[in-house]
Amino acid sequence: MTSSLLFNITTFGYLISMLLFFAFLASRVKALGTAGIITAYGGLVAQSTAIILRWKESYDLGVGHAPLSNLYESVIFFSWTIVLIYALLDLKYRYRVIGAFVMPFALLGMAWAQLGLDSGIEPLVPALQSNWLLYHVVTCFLGYAAFAVACGISIMYLIKAGHEGDQNKNSNGIIAMFPPIRVLDDLNYRAIMVGFPLLTLGIITGAAWANYAWGTYWSWDPKETWSLIVWFVYAAFLHARFTRGWVGKKAAWLSIIGFGATIFCYLGVNLFLSGLHSYGGSR
Amino acid sequence: MSNDQRKFLHSLWDMSSSLKLTMFLLIALAVLSIIGTIIPQGPPPQEYIAQISPNKLKLYQLMGFFDMYHSWWFILMLYLLTVNLVACSFKRLPHVWKTITRPEKTLSTGLEQALANHVTIKATGDQELMKTMVAAFLKEEFAEPVVTEINGDWHLFAQKAPWCRLSVYFVHLSIIIIFIGAMIGSLFGFKGFVNIVEGEGVSKVVSNSNKEIDLGFGVFCEQFSVAHYPSGAPKEFKSILTVVENGRPVPGYEHVRVIVNDPLTYKGITFYQSSYGNTGNYFFTISNPDGKNSVPLTVHGQSSVNLPDGSSMHVIEATDDISQYVQGLSGPAAQVEIHPPNGASEQFLVYANHPELNIRHAQQHGKGPVLDYKGAEQRMYTGLQVARDPGVWVVWLGCALMVAGIFAAFFMSHRRIWVRIQNGTVTIGGNASKNQAGFQVFFDQLADRLKTKFSGEVR
Repeated sequence: MTSSLLFNITTFGYLISMLLFFAFLASRVKALGTAGIITAYGGLVAQSTAIILRWKESYDLGVGHAPLSNLYESVIFFSWTIVLIYALLDLKYRYRVIGAFVMPFALLGMAWAQLGLDSGIEPLVPALQSNWLLYHVVTCFLGYAAFAVACGISIMYLIKAGHEGDQNKNSNGIIAMFPPIRVLDDLNYRAIMVGFPLLTLGIITGAAWANYAWGTYWSWDPKETWSLIVWFVYAAFLHARFTRGWVGKKAAWLSIIGFGATIFCYLGVNLFLSGLHSYGGSR
Repeated sequence: MSNDQRKFLHSLWDMSSSLKLTMFLLIALAVLSIIGTIIPQGPPPQEYIAQISPNKLKLYQLMGFFDMYHSWWFILMLYLLTVNLVACSFKRLPHVWKTITRPEKTLSTGLEQALANHVTIKATGDQELMKTMVAAFLKEEFAEPVVTEINGDWHLFAQKAPWCRLSVYFVHLSIIIIFIGAMIGSLFGFKGFVNIVEGEGVSKVVSNSNKEIDLGFGVFCEQFSVAHYPSGAPKEFKSILTVVENGRPVPGYEHVRVIVNDPLTYKGITFYQSSYGNTGNYFFTISNPDGKNSVPLTVHGQSSVNLPDGSSMHVIEATDDISQYVQGLSGPAAQVEIHPPNGASEQFLVYANHPELNIRHAQQHGKGPVLDYKGAEQRMYTGLQVARDPGVWVVWLGCALMVAGIFAAFFMSHRRIWVRIQNGTVTIGGNASKNQAGFQVFFDQLADRLKTKFSGEVR
């Protein structure tokens, strides 16, 4: 069994899970939701095994390092963290239907990595040879994943809130499956409550690493600046809850914009701007 | 103070302590920060200037877009954010402080109605006995209560983690601490860069603001090397450095290996492996125009050497293979520049495999000697980032406080339980500063257990 095969199984599993969640949403048959979450858990186990296996394979090649060193590995890891955060949310709150809005993010990541990215195991360039790599990447991506989940919940919130005034209850059978907007608002806040400390830790570990490797904890490199932009947006979100006129839909939009900024910080900076984080590979 | 002045100060305070200003500043900082990730920071390169119109360039320079994170308006926004969070904290802190230090110890009917969670249990028996039992119960299940007697009624109050209400102010404080750390760094520290050739040393570096900084000791580069993976990708950039003070190597700082991600620190100054290059000696021979009396001539790296006729010469560039630049020629060649004692300087190529071209050049320029190039040696230099930042520990302190504060603010909750024993009823009420749903579950269980206790014992 190779990690590559297991990653393919994972991708397939996430696809099935997503389709089951969609079917659950459309049919309101409870068993489909249960099947969806079980498939997602199965995929998570397969993916965890594959990540460990790839780690071991890198040692077999004599270039041993944690599988977090290039775009392929980071996209895989991002996808893994999204399902992990969703699984934790599900264990605690059991709102199955959220899976229909979160699993697509995980599937998108896996499909892109498996179909479009170079999966070769490369040795670490000198700049990445540090234990800080692990701490920095793990905290950042867990934070990103929590924001992805919050974004999915915010989309649900906006759909549900948009139908709130709808008198014709028969026409919104699917939306009736959604948790009440008060609950969605609360879950959105809770997901960001998990993501924000992790992002903060990610920025701090990045600063500590930069200080250790270059003697500057902050140099306004585009990646650093964008992570700060993301931090500002979610800081605004957290304060929005105490500000009149900023609750509800506006807060949901802030959460979605925050995730947009997160994705730009993660991918856009590497693809469109130049800087110290080189895994984008186009420069 | 006149009424108007008072009014003005009042509205100024209201504005600076408003959450609307916080929202505005956070979103404005997020949006404006984007500029500096699109427009290159630092002196703009020529290619970039050529790309944009002169008016745009003038506007960008006027707005400080080429160094926007240090521009007056960006710094001003950071100051405003600081003022805002200080003002917000001061506005809300007294109330929070009172909640923590002088809690409501009695459960009045008014408070009872205001609480989200409250339950009344019927219980008959001796009130004082009941009080002792409830106190023991609260101590066992939650926290030790404060007991108050009012007109024969008993009030018990117990709480957990009241101080976590302060955590958000610690987060605000941590931001100010980080700013202070950054200021200490920029006032009392420096960042610079230095190239050291193998076998040589430096005692001064040039800072990023172009100031020469005396280290107070010397750093010698014994060796620099690059290791590669079989694929050709770089594996390791390594400098071997020795610190020298008062003419002697410092024990423990001799032959220190410095690689990327593993710097060397001495007396608060840290050296980081950052770049490298080659600066070897260039070897020539110099002879009479007829090719006789050949004497070796060595040019050290970038320095100049004096020729017998009084002119000076230095090497601009050298290659091992001229064929990639000039077709039909081969072998090593050096581009040199000669400054005659009086007259204009000239640049020309000196070859290793084409002595006839060297002679022809000398003849064309009259009486000058003939130069022949003999090649160059490999001599590496290491490029080191040099930094001293006495504020960095203040920044880490701020970061630690921020992380601890955020965790406490999000995941800890001030929980309070009141109990009133009055006229054969026991009323229990409670609230929490966070996680209401979780507290409700806890409260219901607590009330249930108290109920069973009474039904078991009082009967």
